[in-house]
Amino acid sequence: MIEFHLDARSGIAPYLQIVGQVRNALLLGLLVEGDKLPTVKEVVARIAINPNTVSKAYRELEHLGLAAAKPGVGTFIARSLGEASLAEHGPLQDELRAWLAKARAAGLTRPGIEAMFQSTFRESAEEEK
Amino acid sequence: MSAILQAHALGRRYGRRQALAETTLEIPRGHVVGLVGPNGAGKTTLLKIACGMLAPSSGRIEVLGEQPTGDPAQDTPTYAGLSVRDHLKFGAKLNPRWDAALAKARIEQLGMDPKQKAGKLSGGQRAQLSLTIALAKQPELLILDEPVASLDPLARRTFLRHLMESVAERHTSVILSSHLVSDLERVCDYLIVLVASRVQLAGETENLLAQHYRIVCTRRAETDLPHALEVIAAEHTDRQSTFIVRSETEPPAGDWSAEHLELEDLVLTYMERALDPGHSTTSTTGEPR
Repeated sequence: MIEFHLDARSGIAPYLQIVGQVRNALLLGLLVEGDKLPTVKEVVARIAINPNTVSKAYRELEHLGLAAAKPGVGTFIARSLGEASLAEHGPLQDELRAWLAKARAAGLTRPGIEAMFQSTFRESAEEEK
Repeated sequence: MSAILQAHALGRRYGRRQALAETTLEIPRGHVVGLVGPNGAGKTTLLKIACGMLAPSSGRIEVLGEQPTGDPAQDTPTYAGLSVRDHLKFGAKLNPRWDAALAKARIEQLGMDPKQKAGKLSGGQRAQLSLTIALAKQPELLILDEPVASLDPLARRTFLRHLMESVAERHTSVILSSHLVSDLERVCDYLIVLVASRVQLAGETENLLAQHYRIVCTRRAETDLPHALEVIAAEHTDRQSTFIVRSETEPPAGDWSAEHLELEDLVLTYMERALDPGHSTTSTTGEPR
């Protein structure tokens, strides 16, 4: 079963962190269709967060069509993100690895690489709008 | 009746000292409310009035739709000379709604020895015993004054885990005070900032975070910003101005950067504003209507 964590310094709303962790787990194939998510009580008893935060995250997952609540039973993963599974994109990952090697060779360190990725990602997302 | 606590122009004086002033609040049910503020701000006074342990000098307050009665359901001291078992025995005698099974199960789960005297327990265990007694009374509202202040980080996290578990299980509303914003950020979905005996800010944490922005721009006066932006704080260097603003809608695009604040910065902004002698003490309370 998936375990959540909370990064207080991320600046991302806690419920969105949980949504993101489920999405990542789906992309990585750690969660597949039919898997049960931990109950709200189980999550808050583990990581000491507000129960409403977890409920809200689960509602958002339902809204996104990623999870479905079965009353009295729990919340379950409604579909796998199979088509976008990272494992199937080996060639893309290889390209990224090659690019990272080039960036390091050009003297960029992690903060520089992350900043460049984020600014380029933003620009490209803007262009696609 | 959806409010768990309603206060109107509530005040309390100790002789000439005004410990709490002009406090108007309406806290909806089903929240974990964080009450935050510097020492001496009036947090304990407000909580004692809410528990009915202290009468207000002015104004009105209703808790769960009634005037606080002095029923100590929310105040749970422990007594050093009494054993854990004695605490539970007294709890059962004094409280008609006492859930003995819950109390026993929690003590077992915590690995506490029922024969142990409370004075010999660690700080974390004492806090857990106190929480156990409070929970076994099955209150609709739990009021906790600085429950984790004296605990080490591990005991603090354990305490909050147990508290959140009970909230999830029983839908108990909670009001707790703390000055550890990082803890409040995890567990509270409603925030009250109390400084200099007045409520400076109150509302659902998420809304408060969504409504505040930090605007960084070339040096300029407050009045050069769009009027829709309520300026909470301003700081200037020779070239740059930084404003903390409150706005219902996203600030318009302009020759500035506008970003959301972290909760800690938001709380500190309102604390500093309230303690700044140049600033009037008008308070910004409640949800936008």
